[in-house]
Amino acid sequence: MTPHPAPETGPFLGRLSLDALPLHEPILVVTFIAVAIGGLAIIAAITRYRLWGYLWKEWFTTIDHKRIGIMYMILGLVMFLRGFSDAIMMRLQQAMAFGGSEGYLPAHHYDQVFTAHGVIMIFFVAMPFITGLMNYVVPLQIGARDVSFPFLNNFSFWMTTAGAVLCMISLFVGEFAQTGWLAYPPLSGIAYSPNVGVDYYIWSLQIAGVGTTLSGINLIVTILKLRAPGMGLMKMPVFTWTSLCANILIVASFPVLTACLALLSLDRYVGTNFFTNDFGGSAMMYVNLIWIWGHPEVYILILPLFGVFSEVTSTFSGKKLFGYTSMVYATVCITILSYIVWLHHFFTMGSGASVNSFFGITTMVISIPTGAKLFNWLFTMYRGRIRFELPMMWTVAFMLTFVVGGMTGVLLAVPPADFVLHNSLFLIAHFHNVIIGGVLFGLFAAINYWWPKAFGFKLDVFWGKVSFWCWVVGFWLAFMPLYILGLMGVTRRMRVFDDPGLQIWFVIAGIGAAVIAVGIAAMLVQFAVSIWKRDQLRDESGDPWGGRTLEWATSSPPPVYNFAFTPVIHDLDAWHDMKARGAARPTSGFRDIHMPANTGAGVILAGISLVMGFALVWHIWWLAGLSFVALVATAIGHTFNYKRDYDIPAAAIAEVEDARTRQLAAAGA
Amino acid sequence: MSTTTLAPAAAPEELRFYDLDEHPHPEGHSTMLGFWIYLMSDCLIFAILFACYAVLGGNYAAGPAPKDLFELPLVALNTAMLLFSSITYGFAVLQMQQGKVRGTQLWLAITGLFGLAFLGIELSEFHHLIEIGATPQRSAFLSAFFTLVGTHGLHVTFGTVWLVTLMVQLGRHGLIAANKRRIMCLSMFWHFLDVVWIGVFTIVYLMGMLR
Repeated sequence: MTPHPAPETGPFLGRLSLDALPLHEPILVVTFIAVAIGGLAIIAAITRYRLWGYLWKEWFTTIDHKRIGIMYMILGLVMFLRGFSDAIMMRLQQAMAFGGSEGYLPAHHYDQVFTAHGVIMIFFVAMPFITGLMNYVVPLQIGARDVSFPFLNNFSFWMTTAGAVLCMISLFVGEFAQTGWLAYPPLSGIAYSPNVGVDYYIWSLQIAGVGTTLSGINLIVTILKLRAPGMGLMKMPVFTWTSLCANILIVASFPVLTACLALLSLDRYVGTNFFTNDFGGSAMMYVNLIWIWGHPEVYILILPLFGVFSEVTSTFSGKKLFGYTSMVYATVCITILSYIVWLHHFFTMGSGASVNSFFGITTMVISIPTGAKLFNWLFTMYRGRIRFELPMMWTVAFMLTFVVGGMTGVLLAVPPADFVLHNSLFLIAHFHNVIIGGVLFGLFAAINYWWPKAFGFKLDVFWGKVSFWCWVVGFWLAFMPLYILGLMGVTRRMRVFDDPGLQIWFVIAGIGAAVIAVGIAAMLVQFAVSIWKRDQLRDESGDPWGGRTLEWATSSPPPVYNFAFTPVIHDLDAWHDMKARGAARPTSGFRDIHMPANTGAGVILAGISLVMGFALVWHIWWLAGLSFVALVATAIGHTFNYKRDYDIPAAAIAEVEDARTRQLAAAGA
Repeated sequence: MSTTTLAPAAAPEELRFYDLDEHPHPEGHSTMLGFWIYLMSDCLIFAILFACYAVLGGNYAAGPAPKDLFELPLVALNTAMLLFSSITYGFAVLQMQQGKVRGTQLWLAITGLFGLAFLGIELSEFHHLIEIGATPQRSAFLSAFFTLVGTHGLHVTFGTVWLVTLMVQLGRHGLIAANKRRIMCLSMFWHFLDVVWIGVFTIVYLMGMLR
């Protein structure tokens, strides 16, 4: 069962030795060389242009929600490239390994690839992307100057990054888990996974989880406490509503993941018997717990994007959103229902007909509020003046794609059908259908929509369209074959196949993945070209799309304080209302603005956590203890810092705002 | 109905779209709400540990059962320590509201001593259990028991460290707004642990003896 015996431990380096470096795996050696050269080039460039001070002062230590949001997006993008290369490797392996061929990936490596792909795509791609988006947009949409706890925001970002870094270290030092992305015991227990893979998995998720939970608390409090005067709950933009619900889900579910992984680590480190096969442990307890987190998690991912689609549809249809109230209630219903469907992930556990029926029905019920949302978007478009800009194109692609994913989801919700389809490629096709078609398409809509707000210029349309068509076509090519294979009974996570009749479908799926790769490349080109041609794409107005919500009321990019004067809200779609009634932007009478000050404490605490995580993975006990003490000491030390704010003097604000007045006048707005 | 309904016709002129006379949010205005939400997330961690105990608590694996292990008088004494510490924390808050730094520190110190007494008794109970072979590794029941009770104990330990930190900060800066806020946060934390312990005492110890 175990590929390698557990290595011996030394007092100084624990389990760490030169054997941990995967020098015998040529793929990893080449990857490492490429990463090392790329990393050195970046470091050299930063040093050459003396950017370290700038990066540290303006970005790493920043407590500005906008910059933290952008850093989250960059983290998501970098990790996305890693996660996608895992995907390409899997597609290639499965397209090759027929007729006695073993493909090119040994089992030990292949199992790590599919585990890392899932873990990275969910925790270090989708989560940073949506957290970054909410961080950037929510305070602007509610007319706030920052989040409620700006330092905590910076700390959360760095904890997420530390988790991602620890996960990446496993690529070159030791190994990652070979258990699948949820690490079910007993496979993930110490008996069957004696090496460091599962420990890397546990500690990277625990460290990142701290960041996610705290950022969830932060955004809930921000939305509840910092809304501009007049913005009652039912006057909040839909994106803010869906963010509120997503963050409530984060706070209500991530502690479950924390506890669940903590119990798994006790089993592995201390020898307790929570999830073991003997001494009274119950592996199914783990499966229940992890899905009590896991199911809400998929709604954490999709809800903010439902908000994005709402904003985009109403902006580009030039209409108020159809059925705002029903949209809000649908979101809240989904939030609650998402908590009582977790068992549909393991109908085959054998809970009996009654339990399975209950969870099957609750699962199907979720399609009702989701369907209501789709009709709301369609009715918003109905008789609207639709402009097919890139965000709107992604939204339409989402609607067409997501509906198919939703319908296969309802098929899987029927317990007898699930007994046939459980763990098959049909399931894989289903959740990629909703995650790519919903979460990723939504993110691309959001990036194209809010990029001009963040940077002051629009994204290039030509390369955006290339990326769009490659992604949409590539997606259908890559995943429809998996539905067919799943219906034929092919199970997930297979490395080699016997039946040559299946190969053609895997080849088509591989071609689809290649088309998606072109789409990703086109997107990177789109970013580069847009930055290159930024003067032609420049938007001076701050409102390039004819937006309806408050983030478009300020300049692009917004000043550090967001709004010189807090807006007063009289109607839903506050900015549209202000434009319609000719609200004049105040140009004098500025006052000092109280703002939080930058701090390096977040970087330091997250750095120490990373060291502690690494030490725990490798059983370097002295280092783990030392870094734990350092962590507590630094945290306590930080509480002795009482001066965390500063005032931006009115004169400085007047200067920024006068420049803005001139800019608007020049643009003829 | 008559003249008053006509008046608002002129109102749009007076609609304000920007708050020109704005005052900054008072410092720490949302800390209490944030801390509440944090406590609820912590509560969920305990909920999971309780759930594990409920599911696995009967799996003795031919090892010792609650009746063989627990000494209720000792646990009752321990419960008293924690309940007293909550009362004394309340006294500290009363002193804070009267603006008395010394009094606040004194009651905080007494609270800390009760907390340490609680931890001491708990550790001696653990020591005794491990000595007679009832280790966390012995059965799923004992794994769940040690983890639930131990996690609560870790929280009390953390609360005690926080308490000492706060006493030092009170000594340095007195009862400034930031310190008052911190006292209130720790107060919520401390009482929260008390509530959790009531659950532990009832479900683990009392109901364990009935099993």
